[in-house]
Amino acid sequence: MSAEPSFAAPASRALVSIRRVSKQFANGTLAVRDVDLDLAQGEFVSLLGPSGCGKSTLLRMIAGLGAPSAGTIDWPTAVHDADGRPQRDLGFVFQDPTLMPWATALANVTMPLVLKRMNRREADERAAEMLALVGLKGFEKAYPRELSGGMKMRVSIARALVTHPSILLMDEPFAALDEITRHRLNDDLLRLWADQRFTAVFVTHSVFESVYLSQRIVVMAARPGRVMADLTVDAAYPRDDLFRTSAEYAHLCRVASETLKKAIAL
Amino acid sequence: MSDSVLPASVPHDGTDAEARPVFVTERRVLGIPVSTWPSILAPVAIGCLALAAWEAIVRIKGIPSYILPGPLLIAQTLVADWGTLSGALWITLRITFAALIAAVTVGVALAVVFTQSKWLEKSLFPYAVVLQVTPVVSIAPLIIIWVGDINLSLLICAWIVAFFPILSNTILGLNSADHNLVNLFQLYGATRWQTMRYLKLPAALPYFLGGLKISGGLALIGAVVAEFVAGSGGSASGLAYRILEASYQLKIPRMFAALVMISMTGVAIFLATSFVAHLLLRRWHESAVKREN
Repeated sequence: MSAEPSFAAPASRALVSIRRVSKQFANGTLAVRDVDLDLAQGEFVSLLGPSGCGKSTLLRMIAGLGAPSAGTIDWPTAVHDADGRPQRDLGFVFQDPTLMPWATALANVTMPLVLKRMNRREADERAAEMLALVGLKGFEKAYPRELSGGMKMRVSIARALVTHPSILLMDEPFAALDEITRHRLNDDLLRLWADQRFTAVFVTHSVFESVYLSQRIVVMAARPGRVMADLTVDAAYPRDDLFRTSAEYAHLCRVASETLKKAIAL
Repeated sequence: MSDSVLPASVPHDGTDAEARPVFVTERRVLGIPVSTWPSILAPVAIGCLALAAWEAIVRIKGIPSYILPGPLLIAQTLVADWGTLSGALWITLRITFAALIAAVTVGVALAVVFTQSKWLEKSLFPYAVVLQVTPVVSIAPLIIIWVGDINLSLLICAWIVAFFPILSNTILGLNSADHNLVNLFQLYGATRWQTMRYLKLPAALPYFLGGLKISGGLALIGAVVAEFVAGSGGSASGLAYRILEASYQLKIPRMFAALVMISMTGVAIFLATSFVAHLLLRRWHESAVKREN
């Protein structure tokens, strides 16, 4: 694990290339300042930092929700439309499940496909497949309010993955869940990532979660939000409960924790 | 890898499937849940007691029927005059429902248009408020003179009274769609129409139905008030005209009978709109759902 900031990923392989991006809100708050970041195809990156460090803002800008005030976010490999806008092929998971309460689990997962005007039967089939993949087979007809917090989050993940996106953006998705459920979802997320090979960007303020999940941790500091360090977590996958209790994991957590502490202190 | 998925529906496996909320399926008597019966029986009992007291006072004090008829006499009149009264009721009902349908159509359409253009809303909404706060009694004579056709003018009066709750509630509902869901639709490149159809209209449904419950009663009130105005001008129609006519002829029991019909109609409209709301919301909205704790 190296604590040196490094942007070694060559631009040609990058899926998303962020250059000197800043974001200032209308009220004058500088949420993000001068962020340089490359996201490589297929990697699992965590954005780790205290609240207010702009990690969610950065994630939303990557998704195209809100333009940067300065700098550029390029999608070198993406198809661009006639206006030069990249056709971002992404899934987004919010902090809350953000499901439509009037629609069943299946209909919620189908929605992205419906919006892309896929034929209804095919969309239903793919959504049902995706629900089974997140462990919710048999709950297709359940309404969100009939599901537990963890199950709602699973529906939300299924919805994000149903279009088979090349990148999955997650904004502290498990922060509101209990620890047991969170561990299960962490494991399931890694399994899905290994299976579907999307690029994962995971925003969190938990050192333990970021070390457990990612290949790479981008440590951010607040006021103004900026990147302080770029850590590589070189523990092998698959990671499981054994890894969670290993000395290696404890060591990696300590290093990440110290980096975060230093970043906050600066 | 699908071999390794979590078993979803195995009971007592310690997954978060166990943490799902608990729902009640209650025993039903005559199709109505047991716990609902007291809320039906209590007001019925109070009503019976009040009617009995009314009848008793009228009889003991010997109050003449042209001042205050007893409930029994009113019921007899209702039966005896059913022919005239039901015809009048039918006219009032027709106007009420036509006004309600017009209120729903115009209210929802305007709400949709307003949420598409903030400027249109800002420039037109104040006039909707003006229309709402102007007493319909005071403009009904004008409308009757201008429009000429009596049924159409009654319809317009009832519509004016009924449409505002639908408009304002639907606007509120359309604007209250979860902001993150709006973002999500944006991410998937949803068109305005798709966002309206799949997100905003369903999100507005509970609010719209709340407005509909209010407007149902208001449409009836609007129709009756307008009929009164038209009736005093000599144009015959509807239940209100029957009330006026009966009061001129000092047929007080018939007045009361017509009044009972109007109230019962109002109650029926309220129950009908509540039932529609329950049917549409029972699977997902907090207001229509019963929980164990």
